[in-house]
Amino acid sequence: MDWFDFILARYNYWIFILLMMIGLYIVFARGNLVKKIVGLNIFQTSVFIYYISIGKIFGGTAPIYMGDELDAASHHEPESGHGADAGAHGGETAHAAAEGAQSKIDNSALDHGDDLKETLHSKIDNNALDHGNDLKEALKSAPVSDEGASLHDLPDAGEKIANTLSHTDKTPPAPAPGIEFSPDGLHGAAGDAAHSAAEAAHGAMEAIVYTNPLPHVLILTAIVVGVATTAVGLALAVRIREAYGTIEEDELEAADDIAEFGHQAGVRAQQAAGSAA
Amino acid sequence: MISASLAIPLSLALPLVGCIAIWLLDKHPNLREAATLITGAILLVLALTIFGAVGGGEQPEHVLFEVIDGLPIAFKAEPLGAMFGLIASGLWIVNSVYSIGYMRGHGEEHQTRFFMSFAVAISAAMGVAYAANLFTLFIFYEVLTLSTFPLVTHYGDDKARNGGRIYLGVLMATSIGLLLPAIVWTYAITGTTEFTEGGIMAAHAEAVGPIAGVLLGLYAFGIGKAALMPAHPWLPNAMVAPTPVSAFLHAVAVVKAGVFSILKVAVYVFGIDFLRDTGASVPFMWIAAGSILLASAIAMHKDNLKARLAYSTVSQLSYVTLGAMLATSMGVMGGAMQIAAHALGKMTLFMCAGAIYVAHHKSLVSEMRGLGRVMPFTFGAFFLGAMSIIGLPPMAGSWPKFFLMLGAADAGQLAIIAVLMVSSILNVIYLLSIPVQAFYMNPAEEGAKPQGAEGALIQWGALKEAPILCVAPPLFTATGAFLLFFFADPLYKYLSPLIGGQ
Amino acid sequence: MSIASQLPVLPIIMPIMAAPVTLLLPKGRAPHLWACLFTWLTFAACIALFREVDMSGPISYHLGDWAPPIGIEYRIDLANALVLLLVSGIAALVMPFAYRSVQLEVDERQTPLFYGAMLICMTGLLGVTITGDAFNVFVFLEISSLSTYALIAMGARRDRRALTAAFNYLVMGTIGATFFVIGLGLLYQATGTLNMADLSKQLIGQDNRMVQAGFAFILVGMGLKLAMFPMHLWLPNAYTYAPSAVTAFIAATATKVAVYVIIRFFFSVFNFDFAFIGAAFTYVLLPLGLLGMFGASFVALFQEDVKRMLAYSSVAQIGYMLLGLSFATVEGLTASLVHIFNHALMKGALFMAVACVVLRAGSHSIHAFAGLSKRMPVTTWAFIISGLSLIGVPLTVGFISKWYLLNAAFAAGHWYAGFLIVASSLIALAYVGRVAEVMLLREPAEEGKYAMAKEEAPLSMLIPMWILVLANIYFGVRTDLTGDIATRAAEALMMAAGGAP
Repeated sequence: MDWFDFILARYNYWIFILLMMIGLYIVFARGNLVKKIVGLNIFQTSVFIYYISIGKIFGGTAPIYMGDELDAASHHEPESGHGADAGAHGGETAHAAAEGAQSKIDNSALDHGDDLKETLHSKIDNNALDHGNDLKEALKSAPVSDEGASLHDLPDAGEKIANTLSHTDKTPPAPAPGIEFSPDGLHGAAGDAAHSAAEAAHGAMEAIVYTNPLPHVLILTAIVVGVATTAVGLALAVRIREAYGTIEEDELEAADDIAEFGHQAGVRAQQAAGSAA
Repeated sequence: MISASLAIPLSLALPLVGCIAIWLLDKHPNLREAATLITGAILLVLALTIFGAVGGGEQPEHVLFEVIDGLPIAFKAEPLGAMFGLIASGLWIVNSVYSIGYMRGHGEEHQTRFFMSFAVAISAAMGVAYAANLFTLFIFYEVLTLSTFPLVTHYGDDKARNGGRIYLGVLMATSIGLLLPAIVWTYAITGTTEFTEGGIMAAHAEAVGPIAGVLLGLYAFGIGKAALMPAHPWLPNAMVAPTPVSAFLHAVAVVKAGVFSILKVAVYVFGIDFLRDTGASVPFMWIAAGSILLASAIAMHKDNLKARLAYSTVSQLSYVTLGAMLATSMGVMGGAMQIAAHALGKMTLFMCAGAIYVAHHKSLVSEMRGLGRVMPFTFGAFFLGAMSIIGLPPMAGSWPKFFLMLGAADAGQLAIIAVLMVSSILNVIYLLSIPVQAFYMNPAEEGAKPQGAEGALIQWGALKEAPILCVAPPLFTATGAFLLFFFADPLYKYLSPLIGGQ
Repeated sequence: MSIASQLPVLPIIMPIMAAPVTLLLPKGRAPHLWACLFTWLTFAACIALFREVDMSGPISYHLGDWAPPIGIEYRIDLANALVLLLVSGIAALVMPFAYRSVQLEVDERQTPLFYGAMLICMTGLLGVTITGDAFNVFVFLEISSLSTYALIAMGARRDRRALTAAFNYLVMGTIGATFFVIGLGLLYQATGTLNMADLSKQLIGQDNRMVQAGFAFILVGMGLKLAMFPMHLWLPNAYTYAPSAVTAFIAATATKVAVYVIIRFFFSVFNFDFAFIGAAFTYVLLPLGLLGMFGASFVALFQEDVKRMLAYSSVAQIGYMLLGLSFATVEGLTASLVHIFNHALMKGALFMAVACVVLRAGSHSIHAFAGLSKRMPVTTWAFIISGLSLIGVPLTVGFISKWYLLNAAFAAGHWYAGFLIVASSLIALAYVGRVAEVMLLREPAEEGKYAMAKEEAPLSMLIPMWILVLANIYFGVRTDLTGDIATRAAEALMMAAGGAP
């Protein structure tokens, strides 16, 4: 059944949505301040899960170029797909692959400084690798593919890259450890998309589950923010308890009403709170 | 002599300098009043310089600086503005003399604040008079509103507070709520707010055409100072102020700034021809006519003299609006002359009312019977002023009525002529009755019967006039109203560029 | 590597490095002076940045020398240079202002923390503004928000309700920030990048559910942060119970920065080919802006507490900013940017005036303002002038804002919006007028809770306040800095967004 598969294939999103709604519900429905913080935490955690789950990509590896793989990838791209990215349109994948091609080149050059650049240069004698922008130009100038969802048309662009590469009579660079994708904050999704496309060409995509490190890095940051928020929230709850003697929202409101409008209004508010409870 | 274009910024800056001088001389009342008068005298010279230059065919200009791209604070004197500037600065001196008499006669508090506010107000009035574009006009219009607020609430009691609230509320609500959008709308359509001969709108007739009526309405009611009904309630409420304030600001500077703006908008923003061709002004002509009659009718029922005069002002201001909305050259001329004539006439009346109050602490018309016998000069001046307001020769007020009727005839609106006639009759009833009763009827209360020969019209032996500083100014303005009657032709010639003449 | 080439990072590095040091300093004047020094240095750096951008165009600074889109980029063009100038300028004025006010309102043990948190808050706001990386926006946003929660809670010495206000703000703010992150995640999934400039390139032609959902999450998340009506419920309490100096600072800057983020995302990240954005303008920002203008102004009218009244007025003023940008024209965007700047000036000055009253009268209830003109004339006039600016009286910045906004409304053909704008100013007239009347025409309380001596606020408070008041007038007659810069910034933004220039 198509719709069943449709739902099942996106199970990570369902978990995310479920947790998010539970979290939000707790925040709004619970009067206890600590419970609110708990709800907020669940809500934030759902987002962490979402980010991490989109980092998992079937058939991806670290974004490293192989000249012929790229060539193949560019022609067989439409067949490739991401498990986690199933919701995305094929065109986006195509774009991501293109992006990967570009960003990897940038990365390798940037990552490892001039020495490495020299190495690359001598190895493949390819201007495009030196000048990410040139390559990008090439990518951009390619006509729109029949998928049409992205302006970044990979097949033709890939061809161009492939052509440039094939002008060099030397062997393409081997995936040396030195130019591996650095895990701290680079754009991996794109890179692995490119690679997964390459894999697709070889018919081996199901075999590998690759984890894009970037979302992890982002989420590490978000976790720090989340911990800080929780800490501030709980500290506030402690101070509120010191000041009011309670952390129940209804009672807090009643106490404020008494302070502001005198006893009667406060009692009414308390009664209202009681009856509501 | 300084050049006219320099005189413009000077006449704005001078009252502000005067204001500071007044503040510094807080502890020395005589010097402080001298500062006011000296400032007034120099200001009058400046106004005369500009007036003369404009009469010679010049159009002195001065651009201060650009606030927003294409929107400078700029000044340019043209006949109407030069006339308004001259009236305002000339009458300021008269009023200052009167204020000194009144405030001292009353032993008022906060006199320094009073004179300071006055100085700022006159500066703003000058800004309105010489504004070269709507943007500048609006700025000084608002400054005028705010600077007069402390004057209206001078007494600081509950009544003053309420009056002040309505005063500021109505004036600010109309100006921000209606006038500002009107100006910005004009700017958005035409790309300029510069007063142009023949009107800005004429060049953008297609874009403006469908909304001309709406825009004109926004201006007509947005300029709340013109007190076109129903935007008038601020004026009667402003009467809680001390009388000099009512006399000068609410008979001359503030209200005239309002009707002056209406005329400027009609002539230089819309253009008379454009208004006539589109017919946009016809509904507002009727509203103005209604305002004339209704305000007169209300005035008849007011026993408080100042309230009566206030409603009379509402009615008289609508003459100017009517003149502008007739969209004929004679109508505009009538409106412009009405500014001058009414300023002299109504100021006389208010100053008389103040003099009566200072001398006898009476503010109700019904209490003033027989009072003329002991205050012949005051009531004499009142009589002349009333004549001018009604439009009886040989007083200046007769000319505007004449031109308005001509204008109405040009526009083919015979009913408007009838309105003007009815209004004059109403004026006779509620204004002339006051001096007549004061001279010919016996005082209401028996005990208060003045001494002296029974039946004598004026009891020379038992005069009880207000201080000289309170009596001389109204006599002066009344004389002015009389003289202006004979100078109508030069004034007409002076103002004729307004209607396209040479 | 000269200092000049590292200029863009200075406004971030300096205060965040300085902030922890305040904790080590002895209590008393030292933390305050230290914080002042660094806000002024930051302000100077922002001025230098602004001049640089003004003269030689946008600056792109690569953090750690990593080229974008891989590295984090600080990208400064005229729009955010203006906001940077604003935030650091207000901080430079509020910091010296804060000393006496904080002495009274904040627990003495907490004052070093207070100044540290102020520095961090400023860093966060500057960071949000300066960065060209979308995720970085979130990080800085939370840096500023977390310190703001703490700052608001410090108001508990005077009123314990500051604690609940801070807690509610924390909950709402965190939800907003998390929504924003979800939106970013969706965009990242669609494009594989987080650099704003790169995002905008990759988003060209993408108009699918995922991008739409991402857009919606970002809009709602930021809407919560900037207190877009009806998501403003956290704001009035937070502003009311925070220490007065904090209110003056965050009211003038925090929501403005959030509005800036909205502008940045709408015009620099998304573009007009993205049909959804037009719908967001027409069906979300325009009506909510108008509703906010009226709803919040109307509520402000009935407040007995001046600080709360001004807080509601802030919600209304945010409506103006949203309205301006919802026209999606250069004029509208200019009006929004101008109003961001101008509103900061007026609200900063107004809340400072309230802080002065709190210092002397110990309350921000309207009863404490009775007869204030006789007790604190200098403060009274500061309040009145900035109040007039809030109404939009000529010769003040409020008028300039209103002019730009009205012009934008009429030029865009939304003439009804023009009238609603002025109608809402009239409500402002009513509530400012109410306070002004109480200050000018009532007699001061001789005894009881609100009685106070005839004593002005100290000069350390009056001078910064009057600098802002005079800025209200100066920028009300000279618009070289605000209007012209905003116009140029708006033109650049519109070009980037692909709209008609």
